[in-house]
Amino acid sequence: MYPQVLFKNRQPDRPATLAEYRESGGYQALSNALAKGAPEAIREAVDASDLKGRGGAGFPVAKKWGTIPEDAPEKRYLLVNADEMEPGTFKDREMIQTDPHMLIEGAVLAAYGTGCGKGFLFIRPSYDTSAEILEQAIDSARQAGYLGKNILGSGFSFHLDIHRSGGRYICGEGTAILNATMGKRPNPKNPPPFPTDKGLWGLPTLVHNVETLVCLPHIVRNGGEWFKNLAKSDDGSGTKLYCVSGRVNRPGCYELPLGTKLSEIIEEFGGGVIGGNQFKACLPGGASTHYLTAENYDVDMDSVSLSNAGYRLGTSAVIVFDETCCMVDATLNLTTFFVRESCGWCTPCREGLRYIQDLLWRIENGAGEEAYIPRLQEFAGYLKNAYCAFALGAAGPIESLLAHFEDEVRAHLAEKKCPFKS
Amino acid sequence: MWTDEGTDGMIPDSLRKELEAEIAAAETPRERAVSVMFAFQHHCGYMSDSALKEAADLLGMTPAELEELATFYDFIYRKPVGRYVLHICDGVVCHIHGYNFLMDHLCSRLEIQPGGTSTDGLFTLLPVCCIGYCDHAPAMLVNRKMHGRLTPERVDDLLEQLKKEADVPAGSV
Repeated sequence: MYPQVLFKNRQPDRPATLAEYRESGGYQALSNALAKGAPEAIREAVDASDLKGRGGAGFPVAKKWGTIPEDAPEKRYLLVNADEMEPGTFKDREMIQTDPHMLIEGAVLAAYGTGCGKGFLFIRPSYDTSAEILEQAIDSARQAGYLGKNILGSGFSFHLDIHRSGGRYICGEGTAILNATMGKRPNPKNPPPFPTDKGLWGLPTLVHNVETLVCLPHIVRNGGEWFKNLAKSDDGSGTKLYCVSGRVNRPGCYELPLGTKLSEIIEEFGGGVIGGNQFKACLPGGASTHYLTAENYDVDMDSVSLSNAGYRLGTSAVIVFDETCCMVDATLNLTTFFVRESCGWCTPCREGLRYIQDLLWRIENGAGEEAYIPRLQEFAGYLKNAYCAFALGAAGPIESLLAHFEDEVRAHLAEKKCPFKS
Repeated sequence: MWTDEGTDGMIPDSLRKELEAEIAAAETPRERAVSVMFAFQHHCGYMSDSALKEAADLLGMTPAELEELATFYDFIYRKPVGRYVLHICDGVVCHIHGYNFLMDHLCSRLEIQPGGTSTDGLFTLLPVCCIGYCDHAPAMLVNRKMHGRLTPERVDDLLEQLKKEADVPAGSV
């Protein structure tokens, strides 16, 4: 068992209460920071921690904070991204359902460190249970003086409201979420300007993932160096909430040092592949990443190691496929997801993905042709011309299907049916 | 089945006042667009044309502007839905854990196709993208609450239980 920092108050059936969170040292970082009256101390600790955003892009938090222009207006917003709609990913839900006050403290620390007076917590409708937990926690935090006007008598005020989304994948994208929060059609924008310069209503806005913010109380309390040392890999920092799902015996969300080996995550924590079956492939970081095969089974699950092997850490949601899974069928499912969730703004995503879906459907259903293989490759390549990173992510499963499972695709063509279906 | 026939205003005055206060407290009125639609939907069952127009008026938007949002989001219904909306997760994890089998079972039990509503007006069946409960696959939401590790037996038990709950007149529990 590794040290549990984010999940230290985890219980099987309920979230930690305010009292439990406080007993475990909760809100101490905030009390101390406010008593000192030095927001720059928070920025320094975050800088020293080398914390990278946990939402999927992995952008350094201190660097993001540094992009707020020096002469920026005083009115600024914090936007907490709890939209978490990447297939296979449920770490933010698990975090909120474990310790909602850790998120609130993290949000207030980020707000104090960067001068935000108001925050929105943007949450998907499928997480209604989590939203209700957060509503109660926000109420109790407010009553205890940790949130709202004049927090703990410091003169600093920060208001946090829950914004319930109507539910679409694109809303989690870093610029589309701005439009969604303002009640506009959630199309992504092509920066610049970046949200930290001109975000919500044209004012500086920090967009942070839930898991990023819950790291802050620990960084501020224990120091950046301590946080860095939690990671296994030299160039990583902190622990990571890894999700394991798919064809494993113990699917779940596990807090492990950043850089834990993939094989260890699947076997020690995920309980190994169902029925003692063979590991065939996994998506290492959610649906928008490339299939990773057995040759990289022992890779360290951090962004540098994965990048060296040609992969992305993404949301660190490991979806495992075994020998019973047809990879054409899986890719068709993933592409169908991206087709349906495309916001429709850019042509490569709106039209190209639909075309790819059609080709994959034909291959899976015995009507594929040899010419479809180079065409899939060609159309997956066009996705990089879209505005946002989501379209590029959709290309991951398609490109890696062709790279690693071309034989399986060809078996569909030769047999004129899916070899996995009787 | 919900209808809006024979009603003047779509929502009671008390709810209207609540929503007006919510809108007044927001940075801009349209920030609350989804929230207001959810409130209408909670009261009326779905966003009928009349509900959409009334909500748009409250928000200071045109019906066309609000329609752009209403039709964009998965959880805003522009057609009548049953008392229980079943969102069946067809994400990749549920897919490899028997989504097709589960959907077929539900269609046959409720005698409807995906997207349809059962003739008793109780159940609407909607496939939905990954709901974020992959550790409970295959999973679905019933009026936004998760039910996981579904088997045909568990689905049958759940449907029976929901039918019984629907028989209890509102306000008697």
